Formats: sequence, C-alpha cells, structure tokens
Amino acid sequence: MATNSESRFDLKQPRNIAMLLSIVPGLGQLYNRRFFKGILIFIIAASFLVTTWNYIDIGIWGLFTLGTVPREHHSIQLLIQGLISIIVLLFGISFYIYNLLDARSDAKAREVGRPKPTFLKAAGDFYDKGFPYFMVIPGLIMLLFIVVVPLAFMIGLAFTDYNQYNAPPRNLLNWVGFDNFVSLVNVDIWKDTFLSVFTWTVVWTVVATTLQIVLGLFLALLVNDKRIKFKRTIRTVLILPWAVPAFVSILIFSALFNPTFGAINRDILSQFNLMIPWLTDPFWAKIALIMIQTWLGFPFVFALFTGVLQSVPSDMYEAADVDGGSRWQKFRFITLPHVLFATAPLLIMQYAQNFNNFNIIYLFNEGNPAVRGQNAGGTDILISWVYKLTFETNNYNMAAAITIIMGIIISAFAFFQFRKTASFKEEGRY
Amino acid sequence: MAMKAKTKSKIEVTFIYLFFLVMFIVIGYPLVWTIAMSLNPGSNMLVTQLIPENPTLEHYKWLFTDPNSDYVTWYKNSLGVAIANALGSVVLTSFVAYAFSRYKFVGRKYGLYMFLLLQMFPVLMGMVALYILLTTVGLSDSLIGLTIIYLGGQIPFNAWLVKGYFDTIPKELDEAAKIDGAGHLRIFWTIMLPLAKPILAVVALFNFMAPFMDFLLPRIVLTSPEKYTLALGLYNFINDQFSTNFTVFAAGAILIALPIALVFLILQRYLIGGLTAGATKG
Repeated sequence: MATNSESRFDLKQPRNIAMLLSIVPGLGQLYNRRFFKGILIFIIAASFLVTTWNYIDIGIWGLFTLGTVPREHHSIQLLIQGLISIIVLLFGISFYIYNLLDARSDAKAREVGRPKPTFLKAAGDFYDKGFPYFMVIPGLIMLLFIVVVPLAFMIGLAFTDYNQYNAPPRNLLNWVGFDNFVSLVNVDIWKDTFLSVFTWTVVWTVVATTLQIVLGLFLALLVNDKRIKFKRTIRTVLILPWAVPAFVSILIFSALFNPTFGAINRDILSQFNLMIPWLTDPFWAKIALIMIQTWLGFPFVFALFTGVLQSVPSDMYEAADVDGGSRWQKFRFITLPHVLFATAPLLIMQYAQNFNNFNIIYLFNEGNPAVRGQNAGGTDILISWVYKLTFETNNYNMAAAITIIMGIIISAFAFFQFRKTASFKEEGRY
Repeated sequence: MAMKAKTKSKIEVTFIYLFFLVMFIVIGYPLVWTIAMSLNPGSNMLVTQLIPENPTLEHYKWLFTDPNSDYVTWYKNSLGVAIANALGSVVLTSFVAYAFSRYKFVGRKYGLYMFLLLQMFPVLMGMVALYILLTTVGLSDSLIGLTIIYLGGQIPFNAWLVKGYFDTIPKELDEAAKIDGAGHLRIFWTIMLPLAKPILAVVALFNFMAPFMDFLLPRIVLTSPEKYTLALGLYNFINDQFSTNFTVFAAGAILIALPIALVFLILQRYLIGGLTAGATKG
C-alpha cells in the first residue's frame, strides 16, 4: 500500500506533514517555520470559531427543526439564520481549505530549497494572488445577502406550511415536503387558478413580446429606407415611449382606458357609438394590456435594430442585387438572420422581462377584474399572483411554490440566452 | 416602365410617411392628453377637456406650495437614493467586472453562470425574506435600506454588461503597463476606468433612473409618507380616490417624466451602444 503512494500520500514528505498539521489551522505554517503567518491564521481561525459557533449551531439546528417550542422559537427567523449560517460556514470552510493548501505549497517550496520569503515579499505575494478576490468580495457579499439568501429563503418556504392560519410566533412551522406542489395540482381552487393564470402568462409573454419585436423591427426597417428624410426627428419621436418612465405611462393608460372618464371610451369610441368595458371584462382588459405593452416595449427593440441594421455589410445587398434577389428575399436571407443573430440574447431577455412584468399588470388594473372560482384576478400573471398571495392573503407557502415554478421557467430562458451568448464567442463579433 | 417604377416608389414613400404619422399620433396622444389634464382646473375628471378653456397651473403650484403636499420631499428622497445608487453601482460593478474580465480565480466560470442566471430573477421573488432581513438589521422603512437593495440587485446584470465591455479593451494595454511596473489598482484606475467611461456612464444612468421609475420595491420597504420616493407617492395620489386626484397626478407625473425623458433622449445613443456592446460581446 505504501509502495506506490508517492503520487498519492506519503507521510514522510514534508508537504503532507505540513498539510496534516494544518488540520489545526496555523500549525502547518509553524512547521514550515512561517511563524508570523501561522500565528495569524491561528488567531483568525480561533476568532472565527468563537464568534460564529453559537450562531451557526443554532442556525443549522433551526434549519432542520424550524424550532421546537411554539412562541419561543420563531421558525421564520430560524430559517433565515440557518441560511446565513450556511453562507458563513462556507466562508469558514474556504478559509480552512486555503490554510491546508497554503501549508502544503509552502512546504513544497522548502523541499526544493527556495529561501523563505521576507515578510514584505510574502505580503506582496498574498496581495498579488488575492487581488481578484478582494475586488469581488464586496459585490459578492451584497449579492449573497440581497439576492441569493432571499431566493433560497423562498425555496425553503415552498416546503413549509407557512400561511395565514399557521404563522410564527404563535405556531411553529413544519417541513411538509412537496405537499404545496401537490395541492397546486390536486385542490380544485388552486388547480383552476394556476391553470388559468399560467396559460395567460404564457400567452401574455409570447404575444406582447412578439408584437413589440415585430413592430420595432418593422419601424426600424422603414426608417432605414434610403428614401426617408428627417430620420433623426422620426427616431427621436419613436423612442419617446421608452424615455417616459414606464410607471407614469401605465398609470396614464389606466386612466385613458377608464370606462367612465377615460378618453378612449369618452372621446374616441363614442364617435362610433361603442363602449368597451376595458377594466371590468377580462378579455378586453387583456387586449388593453397587450396594446399598452406593445406601446411601451417597441422603442427599445426599434433602437436596438436601428443600431444593428447599420452594421449589415452593404456588399451583401449589392451581391443580392446582381443575382436579382427580390426585396423580400433580401430581407429574409440577409437582414433578418443578421439582425436576429446579433440581438438574440437581448431579445430573449425581453421575453423574460415580460414574463415577470409585474409593473404593468399591477399598475394598470391590479390584476383585476376578479374571476369567480379562483383566487387570482382575470389579468394576473404568475408574478402578480405571487405578490397578492404574499401581501394580501398571506399564503406564503403557495406563493413560494409558484415562485419556484417561475424560477424553473426563467432558468430555461437563461439557458437559451447563455447558449446564444456563448455562440458569439465562437463566431466572433460584429 | 421607368416612370411606373418612380410612381410606385412615390406611393410607397407616401404610405411609409402615413404610417409614421399614425405612430406619432398613437405615441403622442397619451402624452398630450396628460399635459392637457394637468392644465385643467379643478379635479372632476368628467368635465376635463383635451383643450382646456381656462388652462391653469394651479396643480403645479399645489404640488410645491400646499402644506399637504409632500412632493418636494419625495423629489429629494428620490434624488438622494438615485445619486447614491448611481455612484455605488459604478464602484461595485466595475470592481467585480474587472476581476472577472482580467483575472483567473477559483469560481470565475461559475460566477459568470450565476450572474447570467440571477439577472433574470426579479427582486420581487425574494421579497418576504428581504423585508425580514431589513427589519432584523433595523433598515425597514429607510431610504438606506432601499438603496442597499438596489445596489445588490443590480450587480448581476451590470457586472455582466461592464465585463463584456472590459473584454473589448485590448489586454496588451494592461500588460504593457504591468511591465512598466504598474500595480493592479493602478492599471484599473489609470487604464481600464478611463477607457470604459462610456459603459460606466450607461451603468450610472440606468441606476440613477431606476429609483425614479421603480414603484414596487419602495412600496414594500417604505411605510411612512415622508420617506416615499416619487413613484410611490404619485401612485398613492391616485390609488385611493382615482378620479379626484388625477389632475394633480398628471402635473406631478409630467415633472418627473420631463427631466428623465430629456436626459434619456440626449444620451440615447450611448445607452443603445452600451447595451448592444455589452450584451453581444459578453
């Protein structure tokens, strides 16, 4: 066993002795005669343990049990403490691994007889190697606490029984496995609501986004036409809806579509003796929402395409002219592939954004009108439904379960976007 | 034949201009209507006119002078959050992006995947936890808490954007500087940052405008009216009694939309350039 363990593990080698000794942080460094570093590592490790031990201990225990004594243990706080404990623990473990590897590499340097670096040199090396980490750490910590911990918390909630009637500190929460997901497909009210909200979300995402892309592309092509003058003015006006803050435009539209005083019914449709119940009929509310989103979203796509269109090499069109290609053929085989290829990641992101477009749904009509037999409004998409479940009816567990389903769908978007982005790296860029 | 082609082309161009005209009306109508509403006297929406007979600035005056109006406070709050957010985000993201663009380190590849994934997730998804976290550290109902959430939430998207831009700056530049004895921070400060000014301006602008436009996060974080940001305050104007306050809302909305739209239109070229560069070269 010990014969060919050279490559694996040989206790006679100083590098392995140092690493083994470093199981007590700092000891391996002392063995390497790097006294200052050894003591420093030991002090850091010891203070880390002393300050965080209690917190982590309770946190991990809380993560598993969610508390055992009602009113004394607050399950939600325990859950968050548990998640934070995991992060702190990960930091601790990476420091520990660093300590092991450091002892090993120092011992290696001693084996080949490299002189022990001076204190200044060592500090300089540390700074050199650590530099990218120092740059990343402030951002990473904020990201962890503001984005990752809350998302992990939501994932956790989806597997608990946290709702209006079972809430801490009065009650303890329990882990319930996949029960919430099961009721999403088994309990009638949840099943019906989920189905109708989900299908509308899909229709909404596909139709509204595609419309804004098509309109944006069409306008970009028109403005790009050689015969058109005043290009700058036209572009500026077409970009206006993007320049006005969206929440302002949406609230204005909400008033415009108001059945009693809104200008659309009062000033325009009344000419044709029409009154459309924009806010009270789910069908018309959906039509209005799609129209508004097209109005809000096309300028971005338009601006994007305008920029890309100018980069289509003109000799390709000239070659097509020589071959007698029609205008449609030129568009279909030169312009469209070029434009779509160059903007694919941003277009995918447009779909993802509309999938999560809480603002327009909520500001236009708060997801209303109400629909009989379900607990979401007629125009609610998944994210606005989650908002209502959380802040209006306190169905935290179901809201979290739906959030996870949304997360899976969004990850699919991200996956496609990554594939597109990665393809740029190989294909070179325009 | 040539004549015919010419007429055909002329008809085409006329139709294109006509289409633009229709678009102009569709775009302009809501905006003009809002301006008209803000100039209508009184607050009864049923008697408002598109071209008011007695145009008045009373609503604008009310916003700034009436003791019941918190408008100026909201403007100040939004401005403070916006400036802090713009500066903070440029510092944070350029640090992160520099490391990701120029250094090899453990977790670099997965970090990039993580950014790509996280930028898709709206902050709303973790709202309950954020609220509890803010309460635990005593930052609920505070503008500082709001700013911190903005700063953390913008990292994935902007780090990706800036990293993409940094990647287009030739590596030879910093290698040459390294040979001349420049340290990491010096290269970052004297070479990368000046060359990346366009994209940093985009990041600053985006994050400056976000607090003016966002309504959801303030609604969850802020509870006392004197801490409201503009978007939240204005929403509450019309949320309670819709038809009674709309003329005042219109005036307040115009005063936000105008400066933002102006800045936006002036800088739009950089915005679009930055977005396409960052996203397609990332």
